[in-house]
Amino acid sequence: MPSRPELTAPPEFFYNEEEARKYTTSSRIIEIQGKLTERALELLALPDDGVPRLLLDIGCGSGLSGETLSEKEHHWIGLDISKSMLDVALEREVDGDLLLADMGQGLTLRPGVIDGAISISAVQWLCNADKSSNEPRLRLKAFFGSLYRCLTRGARAVLQLYPENEAQLEMITASAMRSGFAGGVVVDFPHSTRAKKYFLVLTCGPPSLSSALPKAKSEDGESCSDDSDSDEENKTVSISDRRRPRKKQKVNKKGKGREWVVKKKEQMRKKGHSVPPDTKYTARKRKAHF
Amino acid sequence: MRLLTHNMLSSNIKGVTNGFPLRLQVEKSVEKEVDLNPDFLKNIFPKIEWKALVDASHALGYPELPDDAEPSMLDSHDFLKKFHHALLELHVEEGALICPETGRNFPINKGIPNMLLHEDEV
Repeated sequence: MPSRPELTAPPEFFYNEEEARKYTTSSRIIEIQGKLTERALELLALPDDGVPRLLLDIGCGSGLSGETLSEKEHHWIGLDISKSMLDVALEREVDGDLLLADMGQGLTLRPGVIDGAISISAVQWLCNADKSSNEPRLRLKAFFGSLYRCLTRGARAVLQLYPENEAQLEMITASAMRSGFAGGVVVDFPHSTRAKKYFLVLTCGPPSLSSALPKAKSEDGESCSDDSDSDEENKTVSISDRRRPRKKQKVNKKGKGREWVVKKKEQMRKKGHSVPPDTKYTARKRKAHF
Repeated sequence: MRLLTHNMLSSNIKGVTNGFPLRLQVEKSVEKEVDLNPDFLKNIFPKIEWKALVDASHALGYPELPDDAEPSMLDSHDFLKKFHHALLELHVEEGALICPETGRNFPINKGIPNMLLHEDEV
């Protein structure tokens, strides 16, 4: 049996009644989920004014993460694809509203209404192609596109995930950037195999001071220093500029130039040859195509 | 499902340009008391589509909300109380949400709307 649940079955089947109950009664999982949610809330960096916000919990499952949100008095809307998990959430009488929905089909929300989104251990499921109609890239695009739309400008989304490998993490990050998000990956406890946690921290809207990436946590409780010697040490990957830099126009002093061409054309006209008129396209350099 | 969530939901079936507001069909509803927090209400007010909220509250048999609302009305405690009650205390338990363009029915069971789409609707 594979150790990753993603490789076992699609989420709506993997989290069946039995699994949902196991998940919610294991004190270890409850503790981990609680801690992850607290950390995600910290990274979400909501304004510290005590006003409850409207948050989104993507892949809320049985509402373990939502409980932490309710403790902070936020209102939340949770969505999950597994009906059994939502049934357990109902039994536990969570405070948020629940939706049975598939994040890969896009979020069914109006634009610009959500103050922040968190997701605990869910987004990596998007990379699965469980049905022939599932195309991970399209599902990621639908998810991030709709997430970008439903968030208010300047709001953040913190997605904790378990990527299978570097390539998968890169695919998810690239898809988020393509949808217009700024931000990057924060890796907590980068030197520990077990405690290592990936958070995708995304900011909606143009890059600004507030979209600077938070520091990652390390074992001794201090944040990882930015100025470590090698790139291997510093595991906070930042992708702050979502636009590619403009191509620099090469200054090429070689070639005859427009003046020369226009002069030659004039000479040919005087000789009585038929010469095309001088336009803005005359002697313009072509792009370097193959 | 609270009316707060109903006010945020919109249908995203392929080809639908305006999936909001989803028409609300109520078979069973409950009321749960929640503490009133004026700050939250003031914060959420600009994001609420008022007409959709009024229509939804009528569907739930709560006709107290005024037809039009302005930010200045948020200072009145009486208004806040009604707004709070409609937004956060009324729950739809059983019923359906209906897409305004296609008429597609999203059933609500035990307070959870089923927003899953069929493959040909994505």
